[in-house]
Amino acid sequence: MHLAVECTGLKKTYPGKPPVEAVRGIDLAIAEGECFGMLGPNGAGKTTTIGILEGLLEPTAGAVRILGMGWRDHGRAIRERIGISLQETKFSEKLTVRETLTLFRSLYRSGIAPAEAIARVSLEDKADTWVKNLSGGQKQRLAVAAALVGDPALMFLDEPTTGLDPHSRRQLAEIIRQLRRHGRTTLLTTHYMEEAERLCDRVAIVDRGRLIALGQPRELIARLGGRHVVEFSVESPAAMRLPPETWSTLPAVTGCRCEDGVIHLSVTEPHLVLPALLEWLAARNWRLASLTTRHGSLDDVFVGLTGRPIEPAGEANS
Amino acid sequence: MTDTTPEPARFNPLVNLTLARVREFLREPEAVFWVYAFPLVMVVTLGVAFRSRPLEVCRIAVARGGLAESACAVLDRDSRFDARIWSEDECRRRLRSGQVDLILFAHSDPAPRYEYHFDPTRAESALARNTVDDFLQRAAGRKDVVETGERAASEPGGRYIDFLVPGLLGMGLMGGGLWGVGYAVVDMRIRKLLKRYLATPMKRSHFMAALMISRLLFTVSEVLLLLIFARIAFGVVCHGSHLAVGVLILLGSLEFSGIGLLVASRAQTIETVSGLMNAVLLPMWIGSGIFFTTERFPEAVQPLLGLLPLTPLIHALRGIMLEGASILALGADLALIVAWGMVSFFLALRWFRWS
Repeated sequence: MHLAVECTGLKKTYPGKPPVEAVRGIDLAIAEGECFGMLGPNGAGKTTTIGILEGLLEPTAGAVRILGMGWRDHGRAIRERIGISLQETKFSEKLTVRETLTLFRSLYRSGIAPAEAIARVSLEDKADTWVKNLSGGQKQRLAVAAALVGDPALMFLDEPTTGLDPHSRRQLAEIIRQLRRHGRTTLLTTHYMEEAERLCDRVAIVDRGRLIALGQPRELIARLGGRHVVEFSVESPAAMRLPPETWSTLPAVTGCRCEDGVIHLSVTEPHLVLPALLEWLAARNWRLASLTTRHGSLDDVFVGLTGRPIEPAGEANS
Repeated sequence: MTDTTPEPARFNPLVNLTLARVREFLREPEAVFWVYAFPLVMVVTLGVAFRSRPLEVCRIAVARGGLAESACAVLDRDSRFDARIWSEDECRRRLRSGQVDLILFAHSDPAPRYEYHFDPTRAESALARNTVDDFLQRAAGRKDVVETGERAASEPGGRYIDFLVPGLLGMGLMGGGLWGVGYAVVDMRIRKLLKRYLATPMKRSHFMAALMISRLLFTVSEVLLLLIFARIAFGVVCHGSHLAVGVLILLGSLEFSGIGLLVASRAQTIETVSGLMNAVLLPMWIGSGIFFTTERFPEAVQPLLGLLPLTPLIHALRGIMLEGASILALGADLALIVAWGMVSFFLALRWFRWS
């Protein structure tokens, strides 16, 4: 199996007082044909990492190979075969969608017809509309089309869905699935965990410039987040003050934490833990105030690894 | 389906990059107005304000009393004079406010005597004093000792408008190059469009060349319009080779596109680039001889003014258009223009920031 992206010991430190270590040693290997997601909170180092892989930033240390080539010696050859959608590129406002894509197509030696790129992102109705008259979602689809038009073997999509409405997000997700069906490799960053779960073959979770987890979403959830999550609260304040380890003694519990008066248990098999929990509470004459169970998610993985939620309240969509 | 059939024109990067610039420009009505209409408005305004007046009329206030009536009657015989009688106070007020050039007191007591009140620092005032005195003396019977003759020189080529048009051409080339290229580059940098282009296999030289070619298209059409207009409206003609003027326009446009690129090579905001542009433009607006000859400046700064990028361009344009000089005789000017263009272009390539 060939690797589309390979990097080892990637580090990036921005000079300053104090210097900012945006990336502190990241190793990645992405196979051809894979849809790979990089997840993490804002400021985790995702955009810096992807910028280095795209050859737009110089790493402080580390080695990068893209489609088996190095940036230093084969920069142009790599450029011909990758497509990039940057975070918030504003294309020229007074060019139409078709003109913009024809321009980008002309910058590549080979590629698909602009009309086909327009069809792939379903912008046929807007082909002759000026960019400034497009909605946010349409602009984002144009950005993806501009990345597609050189018929790349590898696509980099940096936060393609951030700030979009649910409908536009679904449309973009469909475009990304299509790429995968065509055997293209995609590296995308996002901070929407559920999106990554649905779209990506594998995900890497990045926090504070380091990879903290890597694997298939389902496997990561099972391993680190628990396949299921039981959340409950108890009327007696004494119960809430118990150390979290107390709950780990219950059967099938793999992790436990307390947040805002709610106890979250990561569990492998809810049908084992629930009777045991109820029995345990009854024996002490404590009554449940609330109880819910749900499937585990990558959010739980992140919380389980860092003890923090990925998107602190109030920072959503920032 | 991969489309690899070569379609030279349709997918030529240089053609497409240039076309994008041209389209963006033409779809910006304000920009089109400022580029094309502004220089014309300027020519008309200045051409009218400094039009050659066939006869300079001297406005004279004659103070009431004495021989005022008869002096006034004498002056009225000549169309060069506009003489009216006012009270002495009114005369003084009119001189102060510039409504007249000269006050004439025509005393009769004890003997006829003319007395002139004027502002010797005002050229038209001093002129009026001499013209009026000369005329009154002759009317009173003075004979010239030596015979004189004169001939008017107002044929095309010697008027202010003839001097002005090459200056405005140079100014148009300068403004077009600096603002057109500089503003566009910084705007694209802010939009992260430069970074997006860098993420494609685009050749940097194609990008820069497209900026300069599109600029050339606009400025050449702009200055042609200006030249045609000046010819129709004011009869401004070119005494030298049209080809030579064309070559100079081409070189001037490239020179200032290069300087525009350099000024914008690192600027991150529109405010920064505007400030830099003005800092670059101001010395040339004043010191490169657009509106008046640089010889009015002190001797010591002349060599410095001569080195400004605009000075040799305007000097050469005037040499060709006014004096019919050969382009070969303007080698020093051409060398300076080319040097400015090339040095700034290569420095810009070197310092250019794509993000």
